[in-house]
Amino acid sequence: MSEITQEKMDQIKAYIDRVKQQPYPTSYLIAVLHYVQGLFGYVPREVMDFVAQEMNLPTAHIWGVATFYHYFNLKPIGKHVISVCMGTACYVKGAHDVLEAIKRELQIQVGQTSEDRLFTLQEARCLGACGIAPVIMIDGKIHGELTAKSVVELIHRYRKAARGKTA
Amino acid sequence: MRAKSILTLCDGPTCIYKNSRAIRDALETELKNQGLSDEVGIHISGCLGMCSKGPILIVNPGYTIYGGVTVQDIPEIVQEHLVRRRPVARLAVQEDHLYNRFFRIFGDVDFFGRQMRIALRNCGIIDPEKIDDYLSVRGYEALAKVLTAMSPREVIDEVKKSGLRGRGGAGFPTGLKWEFTARETGNEKYVICNADEGDPGAFMDRSAIEGDPHTVLEGIIIGGYAIGAAKGIVYIRAEYPLAIQRLEKAIAAARENGLLGKRILGSDFSFDMEIRLGAGAFVCGEETALIHSIEGRRGMPTPRPPYPSVKGLFGKPTLINNVETWANIPVIMLDGGEWFSTVGTETSKGTKVFALAGKVHNTGLIEVPMGTTLREIIYDIGGGIPNGKKFKAVQTGGPSGGCLPEEYLDTQIDYESLAAAGSIMGSGGMIVIDEDSCMVNLAKFFLEFTQDESCGKCTPCRGGTKRMLEILTRITEGNGKEGDIEKLERLGQMIKKASLCGLGQSAPNPVLSTLKNFRHEYEEHIFQKKCRAGICSALVTYEITEKCIGCGACRRVCPVNAISGKRQERHAINQETCIKCGQCFTTCKFDAIVKA
Amino acid sequence: MGKSITIHINDKPYKVDPGQTIMQAADKLGFHIPRLCYHPKLSIEGACRVCIVEVEGMKNYVASCSYPVNDGMKIRTNTPELRRARRDIVELILDNHPLDCHICDRNGNCELQRLSYSMGIKARHFEGERKNYDEDLSSQAVVRNPNKCILCGRCVRICSEIQHVHNLSQAYRGFRTVVMPAYNMPFSESVCTTCGQCINVCPTAAFVEKSYTQELFERLNDPGLVKVVQFAPSVRAAIGEAFGLEPGHNMEGQLVAALRKLGFDYIFDTQFAADLTIMEEASEFLERIQNKGKLPMITSCSSAWMKCMEQFYPDLIDNVSTCKSPMSMNGAMIKSYFAEKIQVDPKKILSVAVMCCTAKKYEADRPELMFDGLRGVDIVVTTRETAWMIKSAGIDFLNIEPEKTDAPLGLSSGAGAIFGTTGGVMEAAIRTAYELYTGETLVDIELENIRGLQGIKEAAIQMDGQELRVAVAHGLGNACGLLDLVRMDPGRYQFVEIMGCPGGCIGGGGQPYAGANSIPLDEEVLQKRAKALYDLDRGKTIRRSHDNPDIQKLYREFLQRPLSATSHKYLHTHYQAKLPRGIIPDRAIY
Repeated sequence: MSEITQEKMDQIKAYIDRVKQQPYPTSYLIAVLHYVQGLFGYVPREVMDFVAQEMNLPTAHIWGVATFYHYFNLKPIGKHVISVCMGTACYVKGAHDVLEAIKRELQIQVGQTSEDRLFTLQEARCLGACGIAPVIMIDGKIHGELTAKSVVELIHRYRKAARGKTA
Repeated sequence: MRAKSILTLCDGPTCIYKNSRAIRDALETELKNQGLSDEVGIHISGCLGMCSKGPILIVNPGYTIYGGVTVQDIPEIVQEHLVRRRPVARLAVQEDHLYNRFFRIFGDVDFFGRQMRIALRNCGIIDPEKIDDYLSVRGYEALAKVLTAMSPREVIDEVKKSGLRGRGGAGFPTGLKWEFTARETGNEKYVICNADEGDPGAFMDRSAIEGDPHTVLEGIIIGGYAIGAAKGIVYIRAEYPLAIQRLEKAIAAARENGLLGKRILGSDFSFDMEIRLGAGAFVCGEETALIHSIEGRRGMPTPRPPYPSVKGLFGKPTLINNVETWANIPVIMLDGGEWFSTVGTETSKGTKVFALAGKVHNTGLIEVPMGTTLREIIYDIGGGIPNGKKFKAVQTGGPSGGCLPEEYLDTQIDYESLAAAGSIMGSGGMIVIDEDSCMVNLAKFFLEFTQDESCGKCTPCRGGTKRMLEILTRITEGNGKEGDIEKLERLGQMIKKASLCGLGQSAPNPVLSTLKNFRHEYEEHIFQKKCRAGICSALVTYEITEKCIGCGACRRVCPVNAISGKRQERHAINQETCIKCGQCFTTCKFDAIVKA
Repeated sequence: MGKSITIHINDKPYKVDPGQTIMQAADKLGFHIPRLCYHPKLSIEGACRVCIVEVEGMKNYVASCSYPVNDGMKIRTNTPELRRARRDIVELILDNHPLDCHICDRNGNCELQRLSYSMGIKARHFEGERKNYDEDLSSQAVVRNPNKCILCGRCVRICSEIQHVHNLSQAYRGFRTVVMPAYNMPFSESVCTTCGQCINVCPTAAFVEKSYTQELFERLNDPGLVKVVQFAPSVRAAIGEAFGLEPGHNMEGQLVAALRKLGFDYIFDTQFAADLTIMEEASEFLERIQNKGKLPMITSCSSAWMKCMEQFYPDLIDNVSTCKSPMSMNGAMIKSYFAEKIQVDPKKILSVAVMCCTAKKYEADRPELMFDGLRGVDIVVTTRETAWMIKSAGIDFLNIEPEKTDAPLGLSSGAGAIFGTTGGVMEAAIRTAYELYTGETLVDIELENIRGLQGIKEAAIQMDGQELRVAVAHGLGNACGLLDLVRMDPGRYQFVEIMGCPGGCIGGGGQPYAGANSIPLDEEVLQKRAKALYDLDRGKTIRRSHDNPDIQKLYREFLQRPLSATSHKYLHTHYQAKLPRGIIPDRAIY
């Protein structure tokens, strides 16, 4: 997914060309970065350079925007993205322990990707599933009512599934 | 052929997690098998707010609410309830809480007079993806009325008359805001719906949009008419894919039906709408930061004045309200500002939506009239504290708000009373805290959030919250010093008064309010090195009880070899070497390790 | 302006004009509210919160830099509570700033240091984690030290709002916010034009020039070298400020004496080379006119502008004069003509340039300016560095006996002097081009139309019935505005002068820091420096470059004539498009 191909660059160009038809085209920078991340899983530098040229925006400006917003990844991400909800309800119900357990299990910090490139760990603001706190989201799927123990088992399941596929 | 029964399935995130979509498939199959597909309609609704009872299925007529439904229950429900017309008592939710009453009164013809749900009035009732459903509950009638029978001036007067105040937190009178924007000249103006709900523990806006997007759209279009704008923008968190998808559908449907676009409903008023996504920055809930984000810039606030009503998006006059505020507008237009102002208290009119969470039986979304007390919400609606624990505090307003202890439980919900008590209304997060929570740690949690979300522009917020967090961290780690409390207060007061935007001005609130109401806990941490809730791990000791069977698992995981013991004998922890990492505690399968 | 309103400051009523901020009103009334991120030439940031005041009826403090005055407003600027809040704010800044004032470049000239003093900060209350980033030493001219940055944003604003280079942005956020170029790339690889305006406006030492003073002191002591120095026109107009003089004193004689005391063997004047530049540039211009060459011709003296052009306007490369800058021309003459004259191996010559400019450090390093495998200039030091060296060597600059520059590269015309200010190159070029083209002497040589600090200036001159249309821009932002006109309508002008810094070289990135009671890039200061140069011009009998006898001699003895093969070898060069390509947005985005 993270490969930079001509086809993807063409798609980005087409997207930017559409945006340029709108009033205030540069205001769509964040939308463009969302689109780029949708294609690559992150926002590669080469693509930021390209966006700068196409949108006529200084690269430093794009860099400033991309680093400001937590949503944008600046490095390639793992196969699975684990978002640990850090909302208040989850906090009250032990999200911290869950997060620590994941960090220990994957040997990474928040924002990093595990060595086997299987998991990227992120913190999320409230995922809106407070009723089943604490929750984490793996690739868009919510897992709730977790404990430090059950979350490790959950990671094991994902690992096993990944191994099964590559074997 | 008209359906005889309507099944409503909650499609909120908790219910989805609890398998509601498989239940929907099972229902469809079962209805088909029983030949009932034509007479029973399946309805998908946004979050019903009864998250703790999910997945929720409501059968109409009769308004039977089933909770905790599984796929296996489906044949029984279909056979018993739909074929034999005998509700399955075993699965029905029997509690008589406020939201239960809501559902019973839905269907009344003149329900508006007694309704508690104004902003969320259709959530859970209509299919949010069907504009016809919305139209069937007087949807877009307010818009039609406004466009045919009211001048922009009259619309603004009606909003002013209603006494509606901004639901995003600060409570600025909505009508006044509209008036300020309306009186600016120039034909390029904007209306913005702030759906960048970012409080941890709050999901009111998400549910409102997922459950009833058209209400929000209708409100925005009316706002556009009132101030003379041709364009509306919904700024919504990218983390809300379902809400975004439903909004997109709603906008498309509104366009198809002539409710958006050129000459709406044959009037001279043209208006269109667009969605812009946020990208994970809490500060973008602040209106100048939000505007910069829509402009494609770093979401950093700028000093006001100039206010957005004068110089907003792209430098043009701009009206910004949040989702819940907009959702109230159609009702105000239909039933009048005067009626709206009968609900609530002297200074705060209407209702308020809260996301009730934490240590309370019924977590979920509620909408109550202003003036309801905290006690009513927590005990009557929320069902009290589970597991026989003791209530300790209620936190309102999220990271910008405060923690109120028991003596404030009879405080009425309105802007002034909450502020007087030392908290704020905020956008509607409400977290119940029991004796298991450490107030110092909770304050630290909120400050970690605001410190992380500080845009970094102004010194007090950027540097001050960092230093406050450092002080709090050392207190929770057992390294608190005499004078730390005073430093927290000194920094907190300065940050409140000197910061550039609302984020900084309210960031110290959780700390200052816990310092006011739970000062003894801070003192215990600092002087007695004690955390009464057993949360601050550095102040906790781990002990091995007689439950220990001597499996040795704890001994093996201990990173500092602080645990010793022979096989099949009770182990012991050397408190001097223990670094309180808690790994033994999580590893033990026999609950033999306890915190003291 | 409407009729005046009444405001109360510290309980006393004052009549003020409406439509201004509290700070502006207070300034005029003699209340200097402390400030840090504010700069009158830049947009309002409102970030530092040092300028907060109390306004009656307001729950919170307001930033006086942005809040407008209202009738009846009651303002307090100095209550104990407010003083404490301000002090805490400055303390918070200090808490994330290195405590190494005694070894800092801005020691004694730092706005934060001054502020800390005036706040009365005697103890520290909130110390904790400090940022720890790498210093960026990659650029030949500008050193970036994020650890000293206090995030006032002035550099970001000047780089984008005034210079339109947009090399800098705040990146990341909150406590981790850092000002950096895109991708945190090394400055040497960024679109930085090395103009040094970020250094001028930085209140601390987060941006400073790459210093060569220690190396220079070493080499001045090398007995095997012939030490030659040249100094730019605007250095003499500003260096006095570094010694506490009011702006506008011409310190040429003192500077020459001081340089000699520092150990230089020959003191030459870049103004001489300015005359030489005019000979070449005016001839090139006339050749372009006569041979239908590419027009408008654009000047090439400003090194920051050259890098800007290569990155942002590569399509205009052929419009740019092939002339090297006066500094590089002089350097080339020092190591050829002069070396021959004194019969020294040019490799044994140390060629130093004292410049008002940081970009000249970058220029001196450009490979395309080399000849015979030699650099024309070995070391460039700024006005600031030079002032420091003079102080450090214990030379009593203000009371020193003035001295004169040396021959053969020291004598200059008045035209050479005005090179240092915006419009000066154009004015000097016209003085010579007119005569070369018409064969008559231009009588009215002071071209008021292209003098002064207006961003873009235009003039039309009649030459033999032909109208010569010229334009002048100073500061890269104004330059961009002018060049966009050129792109749209190439026939609009025949000759364009561009200077990279506001005010021209007098506002260069290497000029003395603003003193305790002044503002960086203050227009009044720039005007006084410009006046010193115009006075110098007016005081000379020779005011046209081609009348300079030493220039005539140089052509006779060495170069033969303008644009000769020898000239081309030493005095001309070429430019190339550079990556990364710089981008100037269609509209302001900051």
